[in-house]
Amino acid sequence: MTKKQKKMLIRILATAVLLVVLQLIPAAVFETGLSPMMGRVLRFLLYFITYLVIGYDILKKAFLGIRNGQVFDENFLMAVATVGAMALAVYENGDYLEAIAVMLFYQIGEWFQSYAVGKSRRNISELMDIRPDYANVERNGRLEQVDPEEVEPGSIIVVQPGEKVPIDGVIVEGTSTLNTSALTGESLPREAEAGSEIISGCINMTGVLRIRTTREFGASTVSKILDLVENASSRKSRSEDFISKFARVYTPAVCYSALALAVLPPLVRLLLGQPAGWGVWVYRALTFLVISCPCALVISIPLSFFAGIGGASKAGILVKGSNYLEILSQTKCVVFDKTGTLTEGVFEVNGIHHSELEPQTLLGYAALAESASSHPISKSLQRAYGKELDRTRVSDIQEISGNGVTARVDGIPVAAGNARLMERLGIPYHDCHQTGTIIHMALNGIYAGHILISDRVKPHSKEAVAALRSAGVEKTVMLTGDARKPAEQVAAGLSISEVYSELLPAGKVSKVEELLENRSKRSKLAFVGDGINDAPVLSRADIGIAMGAMGSDAAIEAADVVLMDDDPLKIAKAIQISRKCLGIVYQNIALALGVKGLCLVLGALGIANMWLAIFADVGVMILAVLNAIRCLFLPKGPYDAKDTQQPLKETV
Amino acid sequence: MKKTYKIEVDCANCANLMEDAARKTTGVRTATVNFMTQKMIVEFEEGQDPAAVMGNVLKACKKVEPDCEIDL
Repeated sequence: MTKKQKKMLIRILATAVLLVVLQLIPAAVFETGLSPMMGRVLRFLLYFITYLVIGYDILKKAFLGIRNGQVFDENFLMAVATVGAMALAVYENGDYLEAIAVMLFYQIGEWFQSYAVGKSRRNISELMDIRPDYANVERNGRLEQVDPEEVEPGSIIVVQPGEKVPIDGVIVEGTSTLNTSALTGESLPREAEAGSEIISGCINMTGVLRIRTTREFGASTVSKILDLVENASSRKSRSEDFISKFARVYTPAVCYSALALAVLPPLVRLLLGQPAGWGVWVYRALTFLVISCPCALVISIPLSFFAGIGGASKAGILVKGSNYLEILSQTKCVVFDKTGTLTEGVFEVNGIHHSELEPQTLLGYAALAESASSHPISKSLQRAYGKELDRTRVSDIQEISGNGVTARVDGIPVAAGNARLMERLGIPYHDCHQTGTIIHMALNGIYAGHILISDRVKPHSKEAVAALRSAGVEKTVMLTGDARKPAEQVAAGLSISEVYSELLPAGKVSKVEELLENRSKRSKLAFVGDGINDAPVLSRADIGIAMGAMGSDAAIEAADVVLMDDDPLKIAKAIQISRKCLGIVYQNIALALGVKGLCLVLGALGIANMWLAIFADVGVMILAVLNAIRCLFLPKGPYDAKDTQQPLKETV
Repeated sequence: MKKTYKIEVDCANCANLMEDAARKTTGVRTATVNFMTQKMIVEFEEGQDPAAVMGNVLKACKKVEPDCEIDL
C-alpha cells in the first residue's frame, strides 16, 4: 500500500465508525436541552464534519476543476451529487446518511481501484522484469559490482550461478546451463560452453561463466526487449481510443441530462397545473450524476490490454502494442515463409535408400569422398557421419563440376553425385520418390544406394497449422523461393491450403499485396517469417510476426509481434491470447455500458435510488477490473505442449 | 526528439486528461501517457528546449489533475 492509500483507508474507517455512532443517536436527542433550531444545527454540524472527513479532497478537486475551467469530471459530479443530497437533508431535517454513504462508497471504490490496479501493475511489471541490476567486472583480481551501463564492449564480466546475464557477449571460460524462460517462455535449459554466444536476460544456473561483452548494455537483447515491452501499451488500440473519446463526451452529456431531468419535468408539471415536486426530480437528477462516472471503462480497457501483453510476454511472445493485439485477434489468413519458419532451414541427411551396406558405412564413404568440398551438402554429410574424418583414407579426389566427385577411399573407387554422374559413368540407379538433394553412390562401379538430404520440417509445424485452424484462421498460405515440387510436398504434409513457390524476395512482397487485396476488410493478414531477409514483407502485412528472434535485432525491429523462440505453435498461442484479451475488453465495455445504461433509465424513472447508483458504479468497476486481470492468464489450447510451467524466479 | 518521463497519477481517466493537456502545450509535437507503466513519452518540436517545455507541461497537467506528478 502506498502512503496515499493508507491515509485513505484510515479516512474510510473513521467515517464508517462516525457514521454508525451518529446513526445510533435518534434526531430527538439533539433537541434535549437546546432549542429545536439549535438541535437541528448541531446535528447538521456533526454529520457535516463526517462528510468533510470522507469528502474534503473531492470538494477541493471539484473546486479547483471549476476554477481551471475543467468542469465536468467525476469529482465535480460527486461533489454536486452529495452536496445536493446534503442540502435536501438539511431542508427536510432528514436523512444525512445517504449523502455521506454515497461519498463513502465512492471513496471505497476509488481506493479499491487504486489498490487493485497498483497491485496488478506491479505484478505484470515484475513478470516482465528481466532487467539485470548489476554486472560483475574483474578489476585488480577482485570482483566488483557495477552498473551494467558502465561496462564497455570488449570487457570481461563474470556471471555466477543464479545470476542474470547482464550484457550480450561470448563465453571465454566456463560451462553452464542457461535458463532462458524469462526470454522465450521455454523451460528447457540450454547448454553453454566456452566460445558460444550468450544473450543477456538468461539466468546462469550451474557454473561460473566469464564472458567477453560484444555490445553495450543499451544495445543488448535485454534492453531492447524491455524497451519494447515498456512502450508496448503506448500504441493504443482502437478500443482504447474509442473509450477515451467516449469518456470525453459521456460525462458532459450525463451532466446536461441531469440538469434537464432536474428542471424540465417540474416545469412541465407546473404548466399542467400539478404540484412541481422539485425535491423528487432534483433527487433523481443527483442519482443520475452518481451513475455517470466512466471509471469502470476508462480503467479496465487499458488494464486488459496491459495484462494481455504481460501474459503474452510471459510465454515468450512480445507484442509491440495494444493495436497489434487487436489486429492479431482479427487474423483470418496466415502467410508463412517456408525456410526457417516451418522448416529448420538447416540441411540434413534425412534418409539412405537402396543401400546394402550399413547406412553408417555408406555415409562414411560419402563424407570422405566429399571431404575436400566446403559445400553445405558435404558439411551435412559430415554432420550425419558424426565421427572425425581420417583424410589419409582418401586419395585421387576428382570434382566433376555440376555432377559430383569421384575418389578412392581405402583403395576402393567411390563415386558420389547426382543422376548425371551415374549416367556419365554408365551405372544404373534408382531415382528417389522423395524431394530434396539426392546423392547417388557407386562403389567399385556398382550402384550402392542414395542419400537424401533435405531441409527438415520443424517438429511442431503440423500441429501449429492445425492449431491455427482451430483458433479460427481460415486460410494458411506458404511462400517460398524453393522449387515447386518440394514446396508442394511440404505444404501437403502440413495441410497448408495454398502454396506459392519459386518466388524471389520481391515476389513475396507482391504476393502478399495480392493476398491483401483479395481479403475482406475485417479479416486481417499476418505474415510469419524469420525476420532475416523478409523485413519488407513483415512490414507490408497487416501484422508481421518474426520468430526465432532471440538475439536478432533486425527481426525485433521489423516485426509487430516477436516470438522469442522458433516454435511455430506460438503463432496460434499468440492469436488465442489476443482473442481472449479482446473478448474480455468487449465484455467489459458491454458490462459497464449495459449496467450504467440500465441504472440511468431506472434512476430517471425514480426506481433506482442513490444507493443503487453508487453500487452500480463501484460494483461494475470492481467486476471490470477483476475481469481485466484474467487477461494475464494464458488460455489453454488443444495443442499445448505438456505443462511447461516453471517457477518464475530462481532461488539463489 | 523523444523523451520519457516518470509520472505519478492515480486514475486512468486523469492520465487521459494529462495526455490531452500535454499534447496542447506549445513545443510538444505529440505526447503519450502510459498509465500502466506510469510514464509519459513526449516528442518535442524541432529546436525546443525540453526542460522549458516540460515546465509548461507540468503546469498544464496540474491544472487538469492537481494530484499528478512528473519527475523532471
